[in-house]
Amino acid sequence: MTGPFNNSSAVSDTASPAIELRDASYQLPDGRTLLRDLTLSVKSGETLVLLGRSGAGKSTALKLINRMLELSAGEILIEGKSTLDWNPFALRRHIGYVIQEIGLFPHYTIERNISLVPRLENWPADRTRVRVAELMNLVGLKPEEFLHRFPHQLSGGQRQRVGIARALAADPPILLMDEPFGALDPLTRGELQREFQQLEQLIRKTIVLVTHHVGEALLLGNRIGVMDAGALVGIYSPKEFLAAKEPVTAAYIANLRMNQVAEART
Amino acid sequence: MTLLQFFLRHHREILQGTLEHIWLVGIAMLIAVGVGVPLGVLVAKRPWLSKPILGGANIAETIPSLALFGFLLPVPWLGGRADRLAIAALALYALLPIIRNTSAGIVGVNTAVHDAARGMGMTERQILLQVELPLSFSTILAGIRVATVLTIGIATIAAAIGAGGLGEFIFRGLAMVNNQLILAGAIPAALLALGADFILGLLERRFRPVRA
Repeated sequence: MTGPFNNSSAVSDTASPAIELRDASYQLPDGRTLLRDLTLSVKSGETLVLLGRSGAGKSTALKLINRMLELSAGEILIEGKSTLDWNPFALRRHIGYVIQEIGLFPHYTIERNISLVPRLENWPADRTRVRVAELMNLVGLKPEEFLHRFPHQLSGGQRQRVGIARALAADPPILLMDEPFGALDPLTRGELQREFQQLEQLIRKTIVLVTHHVGEALLLGNRIGVMDAGALVGIYSPKEFLAAKEPVTAAYIANLRMNQVAEART
Repeated sequence: MTLLQFFLRHHREILQGTLEHIWLVGIAMLIAVGVGVPLGVLVAKRPWLSKPILGGANIAETIPSLALFGFLLPVPWLGGRADRLAIAALALYALLPIIRNTSAGIVGVNTAVHDAARGMGMTERQILLQVELPLSFSTILAGIRVATVLTIGIATIAAAIGAGGLGEFIFRGLAMVNNQLILAGAIPAALLALGADFILGLLERRFRPVRA
């Protein structure tokens, strides 16, 4: 079972990890703990999928990585440097971010939405224009047709394509994806998953992807981290995952088998 | 003499009064927008400031207008000239709807849009200027519209302290028990209010964001 966003050759074992979480914890002001002592590292070029139900702490982990939330305890290193030592805005521009709700700016055209980060980084106008056209072709949207449209004139799938193009705009080495295909209908979701699995531009990137879909995790991840109630309960290669005995993981596999049975009956 | 004849005969004075009225309201609104929008942003961004700021604007709103003109009379620079005093009082009245709508507009910006903006690495200031204010523009305009209509009405009372405007005719008409004179102030004031309401309403619709 290979072929996530990634082929294994893109993953480097020798270099220092791109992302490293050490006992990362996050607590709400009211004392509730959303994430407890999360320790894991993501190799450069690897796709790590965090799998778990809502409230398992997956999205919290992502938001700690790009410092949308501040750690309550522990430490996170991005390319060997603590997130606290990064300028938070520079850190976020260094990390692409895709969310389920997409969050395109409704008052910006598709062109301006995609060129957001290049503009923040003061790229020259012609370089930005070339990059936007390149990205639109990459995500399967004809520039001449979509460049000057507004988000509300696009379908959900098209909007998420724009969301991914926007995250890739300044070619960040790291990409955080929070249920990127979660709001799409099953057919569109499958289409996008397969397309993006093949994207050259994604293969080289270090990706942390959050999902509650076992199939998506197996399709896209080099490794799968299973989370439950704010903690990591196991981390596996796809092959190890399918053989895992840990109860939460096993429940996911049982669920997957059930879907396969349902599929076989039809 | 019919009302029309009365208006024709006194059109100069009526026009003069109308222009004074527009001037009082216009300057007051400029000040109110200049102060109210930043305060609205502050209320949205610093919730602990919302009680004192909105509370203060609320209190100003509840003081009867005639009394407010009286209260401001002893204030050193303001009390010196009737028009200054009237403008200050009108601006105070206009403040509440502007503050409230600005903060509601900003708080109402879609959380996903806000999250994406932060996640892309925009600074607070960039988010405010490039995302939140543009997306709240029509809500802010709605507040300005309410405030303008309100202020055009209240400005007629400014004539009581000698600040001029269309209220002059109304007060004179009341004193002389002359309905035509009262209407010479009341009708243009009503038309001004309707006109402002219409034009600002058009702008508000023009800038209403499309929900994606």
